[in-house]
Amino acid sequence: MGDNGSVWLPDAMSTLAGEVDALFWFVFWASTIIFAMVIVAKVYFMVKFRRTDETYVPEPVEESKVLEAVWIVLPTILTLIVFTWGFEVFVKLNTAPPDSYEISVRAQQWSWEFQYQEGAVSYTEMYVPVGRPVKLVMNSSDVLHSFFVPDFRIKHDVIPNRYTSVWFEATQAGEYDIYCTEYCGTQHSGMMAKVVAVPQDEFNKWIAEQSQDLPPAELGLQVYAQCQACHSVDGSAGIGPTLAGLYGTTRPLADGSTVVADEDYLLESIVNPMAKIAEGYQPVMPAMFSSTLSPKQLDGLVAYIKTLE
Amino acid sequence: MSHSANGMVNYLNHDKGIKSWLFTLDHKRIGIMYLVAVSLAFLAGGILALLVRIELLAPGETIMSADAYNQSFTLHAVLMIFAFIIPAIPAVMGNFALPIQLGAKDVAFPRLNLASFYIYLIGAAIAMSALIVGRIDGGWTFYTPYSTSIGDGILFVTAGVFVMGFSSILTGLNFIVTVHKMRAPGLTWNRLPLFIWSIYATSIVQVLATPVIGITVLLLFLEKAFQIGIFDPALGGDPVLFQHFFWFYSHPAVYIMILPAFGVVSDLMGTFSRHQVSGYKFVALSSVAIAFLGFLVWGHHMFVSGQSAVSSVVFSLITYLIGIPTGVKVINWVQTMYKGSVQFKSPMLYAIMFLFTFSIGGFTGIMLGVLAIDIHLHDTYFVVAHFHYVMMGGNVIAALGGLHYWWPKMTGKLYNETQAKIAAFLVFFGFNLTFFPQFIMGAQGMPRRYYDYLPQYEGYHQLSTYGSWVLGVGLFLIAYYLLVSVFKGKKAGLNPWGALTLEWTHTTTPPDHHNFLETPVVTRGAYDFHLARHLFEHGGEVTELEGMGDGASTLPETPATEDATV
Repeated sequence: MGDNGSVWLPDAMSTLAGEVDALFWFVFWASTIIFAMVIVAKVYFMVKFRRTDETYVPEPVEESKVLEAVWIVLPTILTLIVFTWGFEVFVKLNTAPPDSYEISVRAQQWSWEFQYQEGAVSYTEMYVPVGRPVKLVMNSSDVLHSFFVPDFRIKHDVIPNRYTSVWFEATQAGEYDIYCTEYCGTQHSGMMAKVVAVPQDEFNKWIAEQSQDLPPAELGLQVYAQCQACHSVDGSAGIGPTLAGLYGTTRPLADGSTVVADEDYLLESIVNPMAKIAEGYQPVMPAMFSSTLSPKQLDGLVAYIKTLE
Repeated sequence: MSHSANGMVNYLNHDKGIKSWLFTLDHKRIGIMYLVAVSLAFLAGGILALLVRIELLAPGETIMSADAYNQSFTLHAVLMIFAFIIPAIPAVMGNFALPIQLGAKDVAFPRLNLASFYIYLIGAAIAMSALIVGRIDGGWTFYTPYSTSIGDGILFVTAGVFVMGFSSILTGLNFIVTVHKMRAPGLTWNRLPLFIWSIYATSIVQVLATPVIGITVLLLFLEKAFQIGIFDPALGGDPVLFQHFFWFYSHPAVYIMILPAFGVVSDLMGTFSRHQVSGYKFVALSSVAIAFLGFLVWGHHMFVSGQSAVSSVVFSLITYLIGIPTGVKVINWVQTMYKGSVQFKSPMLYAIMFLFTFSIGGFTGIMLGVLAIDIHLHDTYFVVAHFHYVMMGGNVIAALGGLHYWWPKMTGKLYNETQAKIAAFLVFFGFNLTFFPQFIMGAQGMPRRYYDYLPQYEGYHQLSTYGSWVLGVGLFLIAYYLLVSVFKGKKAGLNPWGALTLEWTHTTTPPDHHNFLETPVVTRGAYDFHLARHLFEHGGEVTELEGMGDGASTLPETPATEDATV
């Protein structure tokens, strides 16, 4: 139990977990109260009407139609409330927001494999950004499995012949257990993993580090997606200078000096854009990439720029 | 009449030798043979349960390997569900008591009745042979493609289940015909004991649902033998289809398990409150209604399986249609005690226990029926706890109550009442200690069918295991004093509970081989104690029979009106 769990429920760490819990508590307390009333009545009758005279034969009781109707109508109303409420939350749990970040989940005896859009792959830990809806598109390589994260209150079977999906939005950074909840063989209980929820910028960094199988220039091409709004690769001018044919040239700077565009210059201009301002451009480039991009991504980006002619 | 004395010829001693038992057509003896068989299945399943609980005492390996554990809980489930719970009440107590309660000499088809016993044994043997053919693990649900990927064992288990099911079909048919055609004069539908009503409803489900498991076996066989893709995705089949087939049988099977318990509890509440069962017609007819509605809710086991969301919504809604009448029944049973005369003999203790445990099972069932909550709770220990509260807290507790109730009539002997009360307390305490912590750990996320688990669940698992030991001691105590009573027990009187159904009022203890010398005439409802005051003039235990079935009722000639039973 963590900060917002209880005796009955684990921590509620997704946007919808609280809604599921509210419904749980409603059913829990309604049931407990009715159960207590039944048991109190039972014990009272047991004491009050216990047999004291062996020869006593009680008269039948005239049954009250009103009471009978109450027994039927009240539970019907209660269950209809619970059904409707459960239906509403069910629909939310089944409808991923359109801007969800998608991760492909592959289940097999007895491990999970998580594939990210950027090409990264992870196994024992599924990294997700906090505060952003994440949709899992799941498939199994062999038998049935089921993807369950108690802290997010989500679960769905993973089956071999069809894609199934669940979604969630983590509300806090942290690590959350993933269980397989459909029996899948000897090591079924060992088929665990963790959701690692981290802030978006940390997530970006992690995902870049994981993309280590890509050649540096291809990785750089992926990272370039963050640059293209200002820097073209076809020679046309934008908010910032084009990257085409940049590498190896001698660059005029705004302060009148020049610099050779080698690897060191490129890297410096990315992580510390205010150090040398190219002639004819404003010093507007954000200086955040030293923190959001990993060394590997930076290397890749430099390698990519070098390939542009 | 001298007939009423004990020590005369009865169904147990009129014929001797092992053959007179193995080839008997007497429903009472067949009931006793079923009692021996299902008790052995319960013993084996119970020992497996104790082993499973010991393994879970601590994370990691405790006493057995993962493979041994996975097969143990599977075998526990198969034995308990198919070899014990399903036949327990109908085949043991139904066989023994139903024909006598109806005032009949036997069931309609005595030979078929004996055949169904041997078919049951053959089915159990086929199911167990799966262990020799190959491993069988993963629980009693046998979802494909896992179950078909580990060998041919599944063919044997499902075939065994089908054959055992066929035994229930024959028993069910027998009971349906017997209830329709062999009621004693005066025994109208509104005067039937509720035990009869519930066995009747159960029989309908048995006859209608069991063929589906036969179809499933056939499809599995076709797939295995001819590589026709039905369930196996590698051949173009759909594994979710298997779940539909499985639950289309197994959900109605849940009602096969629980409806007879309703009947036993109704009889116990009426008899030991010496009072009409409140809402008799509602209790009787809602059993039949539940038998039919039970066919339309199988999909509530599959909310996270990949079935369409619309189906899930419909199944959730229909599930409540069943939940409500079941809840009303519990209230009816409690109401039966109101202004009654309640006596706490050991059978009644089980009925009272049932109201507690079965209600918890029912309320948690409502919880699981809520779509959004089920997503979190599905396949966790919450579900394990829920169905043990329904199956064991419902069926097994009621079966124990019924066994204690009919035992004196079956054997002619009384068990030690003090020991019985101690055992009832141990069962109640042990049962709740075993299964209540499972609700909490399940809601906390502990998945079912886990050999190993994370340390945060250890405390709950320990409580549960200690509870299983208390429960085990209680159950072994019951076995001990019941066996002792057979050899050393005091002779039972004709009607020690002061019940009004025919097996107590019109037969000797134990009953005669032919039940009645002549057909009895029924002049009141099963719980019309106020019309039978003369029986209780001398105290609680009724020591004389109303008639030996010679047709001459000792009742006044003012027959009960239909209204008196409503």
